[in-house]
Formats: sequence, structure tokens, C-alpha cells
Amino acid sequence: MFGYYLDLALRSFSRHKALTGLMVLAIALGIGTSMTTLTVLHVLSNDPLPGRSQMLFYPQLDPQDLDGYRPGVEPPGQVTLIDGMNLLRAHRAERQALMTGGSVPVEPPRGDVDPFFADARYTTADFFPMFEVPMRYGRAWSAADDQAKARVAVISRSLNDRLFGGRDSTGQLLQLGDSAFRIVGVLDAWRPSPHFYDLHIAGSYARAEDVFLPLQSALDAKLAINGSISCWGGYAVGQLATAPCVWLQFWVQLDDPAQAVGYRSFLEHYSQEQQALGRFQRPLNVRLRNLMDWLGYQRVVPSDVRLQTWLAAGFLLVCLVNTVGLMLAKFMRRNDELGVRRALGASKRALFAQLLVESGVIGLSGGLGGLLLALGGLWLVRQRPTDYAALAQLDAPMLLVTFALALGASLTAGLLPAWRACQIAPALQLKEA
Amino acid sequence: MTVRPIVSALRKHKITAWLVILEIALTCAIVCNAVFLISQRLQAMAMPSGIAEQELLAIDVANLREEPDAKARVQEDLAALRAVPGVRQVSLAGLVPLAGSEFNTEVKLDPAQKTASLNAAMYTGENLLATLGTRLVAGRELQPEEFRYADEVSKAFAGGDAQEQGVPHTLVITQAMAEQLWPGQNPLGRQIYFRSVPIRVVGVVAHLARGSNLALGGDYSLVLPIRELVKEGNSFLIRTAPQDRARVMQAALAALKARNPHRVILASRNWEQIRAEFFQNDRAMAGLLVGICVALLLVTALGIFGLASFWVAQRRRTIGVRRALGATRGDILHYFQTENFLLASAGIVLGMVFAYGINLFLMHRYELPRLPLAYLPVGAALLWGIGQLAVLAPALRAAAVPPVVATRSV
Repeated sequence: MFGYYLDLALRSFSRHKALTGLMVLAIALGIGTSMTTLTVLHVLSNDPLPGRSQMLFYPQLDPQDLDGYRPGVEPPGQVTLIDGMNLLRAHRAERQALMTGGSVPVEPPRGDVDPFFADARYTTADFFPMFEVPMRYGRAWSAADDQAKARVAVISRSLNDRLFGGRDSTGQLLQLGDSAFRIVGVLDAWRPSPHFYDLHIAGSYARAEDVFLPLQSALDAKLAINGSISCWGGYAVGQLATAPCVWLQFWVQLDDPAQAVGYRSFLEHYSQEQQALGRFQRPLNVRLRNLMDWLGYQRVVPSDVRLQTWLAAGFLLVCLVNTVGLMLAKFMRRNDELGVRRALGASKRALFAQLLVESGVIGLSGGLGGLLLALGGLWLVRQRPTDYAALAQLDAPMLLVTFALALGASLTAGLLPAWRACQIAPALQLKEA
Repeated sequence: MTVRPIVSALRKHKITAWLVILEIALTCAIVCNAVFLISQRLQAMAMPSGIAEQELLAIDVANLREEPDAKARVQEDLAALRAVPGVRQVSLAGLVPLAGSEFNTEVKLDPAQKTASLNAAMYTGENLLATLGTRLVAGRELQPEEFRYADEVSKAFAGGDAQEQGVPHTLVITQAMAEQLWPGQNPLGRQIYFRSVPIRVVGVVAHLARGSNLALGGDYSLVLPIRELVKEGNSFLIRTAPQDRARVMQAALAALKARNPHRVILASRNWEQIRAEFFQNDRAMAGLLVGICVALLLVTALGIFGLASFWVAQRRRTIGVRRALGATRGDILHYFQTENFLLASAGIVLGMVFAYGINLFLMHRYELPRLPLAYLPVGAALLWGIGQLAVLAPALRAAAVPPVVATRSV
């Protein structure tokens, strides 16, 4: 039966070429824009560490003075060096890492490459196992290296390609301005997206850094800090180590909910201790969000992208209403034909099925066109100079969503017209004809 | 032309008529809001920076190694740049308008004040205002003897000694900031506080845009008499004639490189580039909105065209009968035009309600301002126009139906 309905549908299309084309075009435009924006939203809402993200937590403390205090205000999004070091030394989580962004002057070993500045991350040893950073050569540094302020470095694969032509560079010296660091490890390709562990660096979807150094070693070498620095109690940047400024990110790994509860009460206890010491002045205010909650709270997906998704959904709705109207008009025009088929014994159900096949075919063609438009749209997004441009790729789940959306949309759009059209009384139409 | 027969004819196609109305309403609502969003973006992009954008160049330089005599070397760098033919003013600035990063500070009028009066971007650099080309509207410029070095200033503040020589005691602010802090009063001679240190306003400039956080008040900026050193984040600013910019940039880069080969040029840009980069997302969003509006209007027009064509084909006999009974071609043409006008009007009325609803949603979710009423007639006119355009061809085809059709059976 389906084959016959399909044949009927194709005949009907060839009779109304322009109109059919118009319906397919409308659906394709609606689906194309919706899929482009949904795909961008999908890749930007990505979980950067699937399977691990629920174990990673971002503690927040409130070390500020009472200036500008309002009850209910969120604690700062970063920690001071003093608190960061205290939490790190307390070692109450499975793993923990304290970090900040930086910028280092790289003097290449080969004379033919000009010196340049590279983005760097100054962090503690657990960073690598905690975030499952893939290693190509060598290994990450150890907690002992952190303690000893060892001048060691881990570099990215792309920096290794650029400086050492992709060879195993472990053991080589990396000259960063006045200081030399020994390379102990080279990363494999790694691009967590979003750049979850620090959202203040050059956009939330920036590439991972090229140079990784032990935090204390980098501070010791007086290398430049990059990122957001927020101070209170007056103008005090310059003595960051002791100034009342938050500028570091602190991450912990807590393997199960019981550990998370335990860590939270540790944070409360720590805050109360600091209050007693007079360092913290505000009422107790701690947070312990897991990775995805933290990204949600930080509104990491740009609001423009959300707005675009709404806009595209509105556009798709108009395209669908348009298609319903056109399909209704088209089916109603075929009263004669449908009346004859009814009179010859076709049931209402049969007519309904036939018309739904016809609208389904339009939907699938529209979906196919929409897919092509979405591929074009994503290509356009990738040409933009935003930090997330390269991420805008259609993946398998989104491909399925495209077709489900197209078919679902056009069947929904076909439902009302098909139902209306098959309400036809057989006799009446025969009489008039 | 009476409306009644048209309405009763439409009653026979209730669902289709409602669909057209709904489509027009949705299009009208989205287009109204989209046009409003476009105007918001364009307004943001046209933001005045208060500086001589056509005459300015910025070069970001960083040294690979620390220099022992950094202060003297900055003066030599500035002298080398001044010696480039065509250069009118030079400065080493700690912050550059619209360049994408900034150093900002909370401003208090009283050291005991608990909540800051406003948050301002902090500009530093010797000879900065003359180089930027800001317009002084009251008071005076910062004088050379008032300047301190940045490292001394932070040491002095960390020491917490208000009377310390290292701390600046004067500053220049923007008119917008003065008006916010002391509405309707003369800001000259008034003081703002950094921790417990009072700093006196000696000058007011018309405008000076921030470096990045426009949402905190795009024109809240203050300029302190602080000298900067060459480091990442600071920029050499050069003022020259607009037509000399390309040549001066090349010569300036060569001069800086020649003075010290151990330095890296991180960026060299003029304000067309800086502005384009700063507003690239707004521009892209405005472009996208224009695209969506055009696509929406096109789809709606094609939909109206398709439906009208159907109705004309369906009513061929009726049209023939009317023609045979004495209706002119003009009557038939006007019939379809009026029908479309009625549908569009109903859609527009409904669309205004939708537009208001969407705006409420956007205000709630994206902190957008209320949709000004002036956008509603714009949307209405657009849709009336589109509707009439789309119906013209089918209506003309209807008008061309000869009366003789009435006598033929199908």
C-alpha cells in the first residue's frame, strides 16, 4: 500500500511543482536554521569530561571584607593564594589542584623561529590525573616537584611540534625569559571544551594552554599572570601573594556523594576557622558545585547563542504554519479526486494514510534540504573569528535529531490538512463532478 | 468595496484563513523584536569612544627578559617613536579604549562608604589624553610633575600610607562619571577615595570609552597620573594624520624592533581594526537578525502567494459569474487585495500582542529593555506591504478571468 501511496504522492508533486517546491523550501529553511543553532548550542553545552565531570567539584569561599556585602550574595568565583594553599595542604579530597593562567616568553632553541609569547597554566601536580590529560611523551610532574619548586615543564603537542618538530623533547630545556625549565612531559592532542577549569581566559572556549608549569615554580620565577584578578580593600594589585585578591582556581575530585558532603563540611569548618582568626569577615558562605553545575552557574554558553536558538525555533514555527496552510489548500483542492476514491471504496483511514505519506515525503525532502543548509550554516559559523568557531561540527546525534525534527515537523504539519481533507463525503463530490 | 462578502467568503475557509493570520502574526511579532534587537546592536556599535580614532595606532610590546633600567628605556622608546616622521603624539598606556581588556576599580566618595558609587575603568600613561585626543570640557590636563611610576604606586598603596609621595593625588574623569557622582554640580576639586587615599578631580573629558566591560557603564573612565613600563598588557599609542597611518605604523615597528631585538610585538592595530574586533559579535548578531527577518518575510510572502493562487484557481467559476453579472476587472482585483488587507490586519493585531509577549520573555531572560511602541507600526507597515505585494500576481490573474467562464462547466 505504501508504494502505491508514494506513487500517488509523486504524481501529485509533479502536478504542483512550484507549490511542492515552496513547501520543501520552507521546511528546509526552518530545519536548516534550527539545526545550525541547535548544533552550536549542543556543542557549547558539551560536557568536557564525560564520565568524570560528576566527580569534579569547584569549591567557593567568601574571604571578602564587609564592604558592599549583601545577604545572599554569591561568594567570589576564584580563591586567594592563601586560601588555595591552605586547602591544597589540607588534602581533604581524593585529588586537588590549584591553578592560574599565565603568559610566558618562549625563546625557541632553534634560531630560525622568532621568540613568542605562549599561554601558560601554572598548576599543581594533580591537574593531569584529575582531568585525565593525555600524555604523548614523558610524564607529568609530581607533588614532590611542586614542593621543591622544581623548574620543570609540560608542553602541548602543538608547541612540541613547533619547537622540536614533533620529536620526544623530554629532558630538553625550555627557555622562558630569564628562567629555564626542563621539559618532563609532552601532551597528546587535548582540547577540553569549554575551557572549564578557567573560564576567564580569552573566552570560555579557548584552546588549552601550551605550557604547563608548577604553580610555585612559576610564581618563584615571577612569570606573568593572566586572567581575572579581583581585589578588595583598595588598590592592592602588585603584591598578589599576600594582597586580598582572588585570582586562582581550585578544583577537587570527590569520588562519591558521601565525600562531597564531607568536603562541604570541611569547607564550612575552614571558613569558621578563618572567621575566628579574623581573616574572613562575612557570614559563612561556601559553595561546592560539580563541574556541570559550575558551567551552568557561570552561564558559559553565550546568551547570543541561546537567543539565536529561540529565533530559529520561531522561524521554524512560521515555516511550519506556512506549510500547514499550503498543504491544507492543496489537499482541499483535491476534493474531487479524494471524493472519487472514497466513492470507489477507499476508507477514510486509507485516504488519511495516503495524505500523510505525501506530507511525510515533503518533510523528508525538506529535512534533506535542511541538512544541506545546516552544513552550510555551520560552515559559516566556523568562518567566524569566535573562540568556539572550530567546534561547530555536526555530530551523529544531531544528524538524527535533524531527521526526527524534519519528519516530525512535516507529519505534524500534514496531520491537520490530511484529517480535514479525508472528512469528505463521497456522494457530494461525485454529484458535482 | 464592501467588506461583508469577503468576510463571509473567508468563513468558508476558516482554518486556512486562521493559518494565514497566525503566520502573519508570528512573522510580525518576530520581525518587530528582531528589528528592535538590530537597532540595539547598531546603537552599541556606534558608541562614541571620545578619542581620535581616525588618527590613532596601538602597538602592544612585551620584553622577553626583565630590563634593569626599564624606566630610562621607556623614555628612549618614546623618544624613538616621536622621531618617526609624521608622529604627532606618543604615550605608553596601561589601558586602551575598546581593546578588549581593562583594569577597573570601585569608586567611593567617602572612605567609610560600604557600597561603591560606581565601577570605573582606570587609565594610566604619561601624555595619554593628548595622544588619545580626548576633549577636555572642564579643568585642566594632568601635569608632568604629578606623575608617578606604576610600581611605586602599588608599593605605596600596599604600604597603606596616604601621605606617601608615591601615591597620585589628582585625576581626570569623564563627564558621564562626574554627572553620576555629583549630579548637576561642579566636579572640579571634589575628591574620590582609593582605600583611604583622597584623590582630587582636576579635569573632566567629554567621553572616554572603557576597555571592555561596557555593561558596567561604557563611559565611566578615570585617568590617573601614573607612568607605565613596557610589559604585556601595556600599549604604545601613536597619534598621526589619518593618511599617514600605514607608513607610520611600519616605521614605528621598525624603530621599536631596532631599539631592542629581544622584544616581541604582540599586536599592532589601528582603531578600525580594534573597533571591528570589539563589536564583531554584535555585528554578526545584527547580520544574522537581518537574515532571519528577510527569510521570514520571504517565506510569509511565498505562503500568501501560494494560498492566494489556490483560492483564485478554486474560485474561477465564481469570479466568472461575478464578471458576467457586471463586476469590472478592478472590482475583482480589489476584492483579493482587500481580502489580503483584512487578513494582514487581523494578523498584525494578533502579532502586536505576540510581539509584546516575546519582548516580555526577552526582558526576563536576556535583560533587554522594553520594546518601544514605535517599532509596532514599522512591523505593521512591513507586513501590509509584503501581503499586498504577494497577492498582486494572483489577484491580477483573477482579474483576467473572462466572464465566459461562468457559462462553462468545469
